[in-house]
Order: sequence, then structure tokens, then C-alpha cells
Amino acid sequence: MRDIAFGQYYPANGILHRLDPRGKILMLITFLVLVFCTSNYYALSVIVASVALIVMLSKVPVRLYFKSLKMIVFIIIFTSILNLFYATGEVVCEFWIFKITREGINNAVFVCVRIICLIFVSSTLTFTTSPTDLTDALERLMKPLTIFHVKVHEIAMMMTIALRFVPLLLEETDKIRSAQKARGADMESGNLIQRIKALIPVLIPLFVSAFRRAYDLAVAMECRCYHGGKGRTRMKSLHFIKRDYITFLVVLLIISGVVLCNVFLPQVAR
Amino acid sequence: MSTIRVENLCCTYGAKTPFEQHAVKDVSFTIESGDFVGLIGHTGSGKSTLVQMLNGLIKPTSGNVYVDDTDIWAKPKEIRKVRFKVGLVFQYPEYQLFEETVAKDIAFGPTNMGLDEHRVKERIDKAAKFVGLSKDLLDKSPFDLSGGEKRRAAIAGVIAMDPDILILDEPTAGLDPVGRNVLLSQISQYQKSRKNTVILVSHSMEDVARVTNKVMVMNKGEMAMFDHTQKVFARSKELTSMGLRVPQVTRVIDALRSKGIDLPEGILTVDKAVYEITELLKKEGRL
Repeated sequence: MRDIAFGQYYPANGILHRLDPRGKILMLITFLVLVFCTSNYYALSVIVASVALIVMLSKVPVRLYFKSLKMIVFIIIFTSILNLFYATGEVVCEFWIFKITREGINNAVFVCVRIICLIFVSSTLTFTTSPTDLTDALERLMKPLTIFHVKVHEIAMMMTIALRFVPLLLEETDKIRSAQKARGADMESGNLIQRIKALIPVLIPLFVSAFRRAYDLAVAMECRCYHGGKGRTRMKSLHFIKRDYITFLVVLLIISGVVLCNVFLPQVAR
Repeated sequence: MSTIRVENLCCTYGAKTPFEQHAVKDVSFTIESGDFVGLIGHTGSGKSTLVQMLNGLIKPTSGNVYVDDTDIWAKPKEIRKVRFKVGLVFQYPEYQLFEETVAKDIAFGPTNMGLDEHRVKERIDKAAKFVGLSKDLLDKSPFDLSGGEKRRAAIAGVIAMDPDILILDEPTAGLDPVGRNVLLSQISQYQKSRKNTVILVSHSMEDVARVTNKVMVMNKGEMAMFDHTQKVFARSKELTSMGLRVPQVTRVIDALRSKGIDLPEGILTVDKAVYEITELLKKEGRL
């Protein structure tokens, strides 16, 4: 359970690690939109090239990226195959009730490449940004929402705590599971209902300990006079500096590249 | 009664990643039936990994564990049987309690063994008696007990499986001094009356010196020493270099000896020290 790669911070000393997290979130959103704005192979290859560049710059082993892909490989294959068969148009080959069309092939390639790009880019964000930086940046970016009485600080705090507790609870689950296995609990065999029943000895202690931790944390926070977001200053306040502006320029270049390809080069039949 | 034999045991976490870590490196030993072994070592020395390999919770990367001369991983499907034979009480076991009543929680292990209701009941009573839980507590919710009582209930849950080999991972951690002493005596009595093998993982040299007859020292994943308690604690300097110490009272006696006071070597408990000092004073006619 410990090797869940997706959404894990990977400490390294790359340029992407040092960028302002707010900028990184905004760039991620831009990229996600951009990936879906591609309408021909030229635009798509611009995206693929820039994703490759990002992955290289992140200084995170490529192996980790593929590991994060592992979890959704099924979804990729499934949607690609669906797209392959469900398009109408010029038939390329045919067998039994299946017809593969040129449009279908295009769709499948697009869907597959897009999903992989999405996962790689969003993994880059979580690989290169520590959870605290990430929630910090989210809080700052959502600040304008306070005029609609959205409790931005509270939401960000909850996210920070939740992120911090995920590995702790995983570790705890591991421990309780081992302890119950040591008492002969059988978690690997039996039908579905038996397996669910076998989870009870793990879930109850886990819940109890989660509540205990929550209570302890609340007390600890109160002891340090925590009283919400008002008037709270930060130890590290975020500032955009030269390297952030340079990356914005690079992203602008990529955007214009994609737009130019979309407008001036022939569309793909889909 | 069972012996436990370990040959060239290795365990590596996160192999072939940047987080690769050799938790246990090439450990071999034999623990005879009826031994009371103390397992000591600095934090992160591989004690917990080692004991979890002894009852098949962690599969060794290489090497073998034999219980009664049978390789425990020979039939991976029957690994549960090994866990009934080698009972393991985890650190802070009170966090594993989950049933509505203490009795039901203690019954979890024996029920998993497939015993009938009558024999399970017997086991509960016996185990509760061994750890000193009074009868009226058995029908209470485990979450209503005090910290010390919870700890005992959890230990009873493992003892109720009647394991030939009992492993306790820091059973006295976080208890008050009286609770520590009582629990330790109960474990010691349990071992004496049942004559089975007990392995006690502990950070307290005093506890280890008091109850064990052999001590195993782990250092950075390797077994540094495994010998009779007296002999291990005579190697004070080596222990210090591993971040461990001999019991406090042994240090006091050593200091007295170095000042030329005629006390015997290898005194590990306060009781023994008191006895020897009174004897000495009597001999010199000062008492």
C-alpha cells in the first residue's frame, strides 16, 4: 500500500521544484485546457514535446511517472478501444461485426495521448510541489472567493491536514492489519461478504484512532492559540520572481504554438 | 514446546528504489524451547522487522525461518497456522481492540483457530487470569478500560491462542512504573508456569536484566550479540558503542568496583545489588 505513486511529493532540486506553486497551479490548468484544444497531430505533437520537456525538467525519475500511469492504464485502454470502434466514417478494415474507421483510429490516438499527457502534467505538479506549498498556493488563489463568504482559509487548512494524515493513516492501517493477522485474522481468502466482514477488525480500531488523532490535533492547535485565518501571517510568503515570469513566457509560447498549429494546419478527420 | 531457528535471514524494504533499506542483514540463530530471550537494539536496528518475520507477517527477502524444523514458508497457504504457534503482541497493542466486550475481543484469536465455544470460553478465562484482568472487566467495552487494562486485554488476546512461542514488542512502553513491574512479573510467571519460549523486545535494560536468561542485541540490521544475559551485559563498552547501555544498577556497581570495593561482577538487578552490598557490609562488620 505504501507505493502509491500518484500524488506523492518527490524531493529534488530542479527548476520546477523552485517555481512559485501558484504559478504552477495556473500553468497546470492552462495545460489541461490546452491538451483538449488540440485539433490536429501538429498541435498534439507540440503538447507531447512540451510534456516531455516538463518531465525532463522535473528531475523526477521517469519510472515514477509510468508508475502513476499504472493505476489508470485500464481506463486508457478501455476508452481507446471504445473510441476505436464507435466512430463512423471511412472504413479502414473490417472483421465480423467490428469496423475500424480512420476517424476511429484518430480518436483513439487522441484520447490515449491526451490522458497520458494529463496524468504526466498533473503528476509533475504533485511530484514537484510539497503538499503544504500546494495548499498554501490554493489558499492564495482562492482568496477572491472570500467576498462570497467562502471560508478559504478553513478549506485550505482542512486540505493540509487531510493530506498530512493520508500517509499516517495508511501506516496505521498497515499496523492494525498486521496485528489482526497475528491473531489469525484471514484477509486473503473467502468470498466478497467474508472479506468485507474481515475488514471490521481493521476499520473499527482505525476509526477510533482517527478520532483520537483528530481530538489530539485540535487540542494541540488550540494550545498554540490557533483561531482561524484572520490576521494570520505566514513564515514564507509567496512572490513571483524572474524565473516565474520566464516560465510564463515559455507557456505563452507553447499556447501560441498550439493555436497556430490548430488554425493554420489542416484539421484531422474525426 | 518449540524451537525457532533462523538461517541467513535478510529483509530489504523498497528494493531497487532510492529508498532501498536493508532492515535485517544475514541473521542466523537458534532459540531453544523454554528460553526467555530479551531482544534489544537501538531504534531502527531491525528488531520489529525481525520479530514480524518470525511469525510470517513479513516474508523474508532471502533466508529461512524454521519453527520445529519446518520451514514456515514451505506452504504459504498455511501461514496462519504459524501465527497461532508464534504469537506476536505488537507495540501499543491496545489500539487493535475492536469488539463490543473484552471477552469477545480476547476470543477473536481462539475463534480464528476454529475452536468450539466451550474451549474458547476456557481460553478466555485462562488468558484473563494470566494477565490479571478481573472477571467483571470481561463484559465491559474495551474502550471503557484504563490504559493499563487495555494493554492487558490486548496481550490476553494473543495469550488466549496458547502460542508455543510468545513474542512481545515493548509490552511495557508507556505504562507507569507500577504497571510495568506488575506486567513484567506476570509475563515472567507465565513463562515459568508454561515453560514456553518468550521473546521480549524492549528498550529498558532493567526490564531485560530482570526477567530474561538470554539476550540478543541487534545493531544496524545485524545480530551483534546473542548470549546469556550476564555475559551480554558484561560487554558494557560494546553496548555503549551501539547506543545501548547496561542496567543502571550495573553501572553503579561497576563504578564501585573501580574504586576498589570488593563486589562481584555481573550484578544486573537492584535486589541482587542490595543483597551483595549487605553481605559485604556484614563481612566487614559494619552492619
